[in-house]
Amino acid sequence: MNVPHDLKYTKTHEWVRLDGDTATVGITDYAQSELGDIVYVELPTPGRAVREGDSFGSVESVKTVSDVYAPVSGEVVDVNGALGAQSELLNTDPYGKGYLVKIRLSDPAAVSALLDSAAYAALLA
Amino acid sequence: MTPGRRKTVPVPRLIFEKSREGRMGCNAPVADTPEVDLKAAMGSLRAELHLPEVGELEVVRHFTNLSHVNYGIDTGFYPLGSCSMKYNPRVNERTASHPGFARLHPMQPPATIPGALEILAGVQDMLCAITGFDHITLQPLAGAHGEMACLMLIKAYHDSRGEGGKRKVVLVPDSAHGTNPASAARCGYSVRSVPTDPDGNTDLAALREALDDTVAALMLTNPSTLGLFEANIVEVCRMVHEAGGQVFCDGANMNAMVGMTRPADHGFDCMHLNLHKTFSTPHGGGGPGCGAIGLQKHLEAFVPTPVVRRRADGSVELDAHRPLSIGRVSAYYGQFLMEVRAYTYLRAFGREKMADIARHAVLNANYVMERLRAVLPPAYDRPCMHECVLTAEPIKKETGLRALDISKRLIDYGFHPPTNYFPLIVHEAIMIEPTETETKETLDAFCDAMIAICAEARSNPELLRNAPTTQIVGRLDETAAVKNLDVRWRPPARHAVEA
Amino acid sequence: MPYIPHTDADRREMLATIGAPSIDHLFREIPAGLRVAPGSLDLPPALDEARLIDHLADLARSNRHMGVLDCFLGAGIYDRYTPALVGALISRGEFLTAYTPYQPELSQGFLQTIYEFQSMIAELYGMDVANASMYDGATALAEAAILASGVKGRHKIYASAAIHPHYRQVLETYCWAMDLQVETLPAPDGVTEGWSGVGEDAAAILVQHPNFYGVLEDLAAVRSAADRAGSLMVVSADPVAMALVKPPGEYGADIVVGEGQPIGVPMGLGGPLVGLFTCRQEHVRRIPGRIVGRTSDHDGNPGYVMTLRTREQDIRREKATSNICTNEALMALATTIALCALGKNGLRQVAEGSVRNTQYAIKALAEAGGKLRFPGGKVFCEFVLELPKDAEAVRDRLLERDILAGLPLGAYDARLANCLLVAVTEVRTKAQIDHYAAALKEVLA
Repeated sequence: MNVPHDLKYTKTHEWVRLDGDTATVGITDYAQSELGDIVYVELPTPGRAVREGDSFGSVESVKTVSDVYAPVSGEVVDVNGALGAQSELLNTDPYGKGYLVKIRLSDPAAVSALLDSAAYAALLA
Repeated sequence: MTPGRRKTVPVPRLIFEKSREGRMGCNAPVADTPEVDLKAAMGSLRAELHLPEVGELEVVRHFTNLSHVNYGIDTGFYPLGSCSMKYNPRVNERTASHPGFARLHPMQPPATIPGALEILAGVQDMLCAITGFDHITLQPLAGAHGEMACLMLIKAYHDSRGEGGKRKVVLVPDSAHGTNPASAARCGYSVRSVPTDPDGNTDLAALREALDDTVAALMLTNPSTLGLFEANIVEVCRMVHEAGGQVFCDGANMNAMVGMTRPADHGFDCMHLNLHKTFSTPHGGGGPGCGAIGLQKHLEAFVPTPVVRRRADGSVELDAHRPLSIGRVSAYYGQFLMEVRAYTYLRAFGREKMADIARHAVLNANYVMERLRAVLPPAYDRPCMHECVLTAEPIKKETGLRALDISKRLIDYGFHPPTNYFPLIVHEAIMIEPTETETKETLDAFCDAMIAICAEARSNPELLRNAPTTQIVGRLDETAAVKNLDVRWRPPARHAVEA
Repeated sequence: MPYIPHTDADRREMLATIGAPSIDHLFREIPAGLRVAPGSLDLPPALDEARLIDHLADLARSNRHMGVLDCFLGAGIYDRYTPALVGALISRGEFLTAYTPYQPELSQGFLQTIYEFQSMIAELYGMDVANASMYDGATALAEAAILASGVKGRHKIYASAAIHPHYRQVLETYCWAMDLQVETLPAPDGVTEGWSGVGEDAAAILVQHPNFYGVLEDLAAVRSAADRAGSLMVVSADPVAMALVKPPGEYGADIVVGEGQPIGVPMGLGGPLVGLFTCRQEHVRRIPGRIVGRTSDHDGNPGYVMTLRTREQDIRREKATSNICTNEALMALATTIALCALGKNGLRQVAEGSVRNTQYAIKALAEAGGKLRFPGGKVFCEFVLELPKDAEAVRDRLLERDILAGLPLGAYDARLANCLLVAVTEVRTKAQIDHYAAALKEVLA
């Protein structure tokens, strides 16, 4: 499984990339491989406030639905519109073009509480 | 039996593709009243109507040929767990087709339908005797509809005691059918899951933990979806009642109990029955169902109206005066022609033979479990009831093949697969419900095929991976079906307009 | 019992394999106090097949069915022509005894018929997509209201007073359980009005077309009211009328539902029926129940599967779009076959025959002393007839002459105690209508 070193992770298989006060959020390579072909993604509208641990959307394969949970609290400032037509980006490029949302953090320090790549890799082992 | 070759039926075309302007497939009535100006009578008229135009023989051939690429109980063994795919006696079809039943209008005066009311009351009486409940109502139209109606009764009951505001949670075991939580949600309840203990029973400690004064009800399937009788059932019901909650029995597995034990005696407050499972009304490719519900006296004030009630003199009346009723859950009397079938079935068994249903259903299931034990171990090593839940986990670990692969290969051997991946708590679940109507020879042939397939999984795994190869289609691309959604034919001209 | 094929030898051998001394032993996990002795329940004695058929025939003959009555009763369930081939084809065991098509490779026949059903129902209503069926027209309407509430995030449903009263009762039961409020839009003159009362809290406006009184609603007015309120427009429509009138889809309806019984399904005392459910493409992921889609296998052969499965209860559980699992597949098949046999021309012929017979009956019954109660409305196959006497009494007198004259409306609206709801379908003849008119004249005299 691909677990990039420069990202932070959750136990529920989301990843976070911090850029200033904005966190890009997606699901991990492991999560996409467990789900299989992803056929639909439900995302919040920009502007929505999310709290850490809240479900903010869902990811569907043919026979399963998984909620995705906000790794951090803040405001959704961007959603990945490309996923509407190309949900397969979640399978082919989960850490890049397959990101889900960008969240402006209410507390950027909160990111440090997330798992680092070693801890997440250990979780999968 | 060894797998055969692919069916050589040509790929069926859509009926629309057979259409030719000006044809008609029946001799429809011609009015003998004067012609009228339709526009004057009805206002603006529609211009286009794209329905097929085909001759009568073409219609008959179209659907006859489609039936040839469809599998039913009449075609072969259908051991689909949780579905009770038993023989649907033809005499039931004959009685239900009598015009004295089929050509009744639901809003004609009750005084003109004494025989129909007797059918309804008769089914109610017999189901009361079989389940032990005080009252049966036949208005729900399917199993999930019956579940929902029961939860509505429970909601009305709590409301009547002033506890509706705080009792907002329904407990559902982790092994439950998906309809249970979905029905709870339809009654405004939130759902809390209760785990199963290592023996396959409800985890009593976890249940105790989950019970408080916010709990409206526990929904429990007995025998459970694991095919096991809930050993602690009396204690479970007692605990829920003590906490002020009600206990609903999901009756999907009634086939294990008919004539042998009565759910009302277990402590349940209400239950639904699937007459299309236990009492042999045909499944018809996914419906109609038939979802009678049974309930104890304390819920009777809330039942859907009108109530079909037997008077002291044995005659039957309709009682619409129920001020506390939840109201109607369906428009008329329920699935009446299905009730005629169920009535016919129940009367064929009668007092003397009713228990034979459960006795042979349980015998057949234990026989299959025993014969397959070496290749597909039971998920819980206990006597099963009318179905057994096995696991393909050992085969998955050894070969990477999954329960679904075994099922698909079974199609090549001429059998309908069992239920897969349910209950959700059993890894690689294979849930087999043979029903009482199958011969030992059929069960042996099925078990031989399963054993052969498990051997193939090791010797020639591609046979499983590529299965089925004997039908007009192989495994279908379900991802493409969602991503390139095509759920209807459209006339070609309209395609052009849209493009 | 022939349904259970076991011989004594079978039972012995099977028990030996299991290692159990008796069948009773297999039930040992049921606490002894909960078991009942086989044969001890309070049930009537078993009947052999010949006696069973006789007994059921006796019960059937005690009912006054539409083979012996001239049926002028409709109110949502209609005595219509069903092509003979429908019964023959749906009783084929491959269809009759199949389960839900969870294994598509073994169910291509049924799956294709459902795809054809969806195509024809969507076409009839002028809508984008249809599902594989609901239980009946009433529950389909309730499901539509719940779907609308989910789309809009609003909790109020505005339902016309001219919707079938039983449908309204089912709607109210469903809405009570979901904590949705139902407001009534009045219809004092036989068509829905009071649009200005629809607030911006409306999730949906619900009307029936033609409505309970047989009158066609002004669907353009419904659309305007829905637009003003920002709500969805939901129509419960008679599928046979769709052969002639502009379908609700062309008026911009968001959801169109209905009862499919008039096309191929016996009245059967109101069950089993078949609920129709259609909507616009944008709501397809919120549709309740099953949907069949076309796809292909790995060799490129076309085939059909149940699709958008993640909406359904077995996957999404408490977050499913509905709790419905079993639907009315066999009745949907009957409707599909009937629609194929009738086709475009047959359905129009049937619908037009209904209009002719209805218009003739309106005149004939007026001459006999009745009066059209809502003369301003356009009707399809049903109308409200006002009588100089109590309608229930007149209905009962006509029953003595083997005429089922219609539905007395007093039980639903006290103002209409002298009114009968009369339906005249294509299967009625001029002679039957004349007979009705003559009998009515005598009864009113």
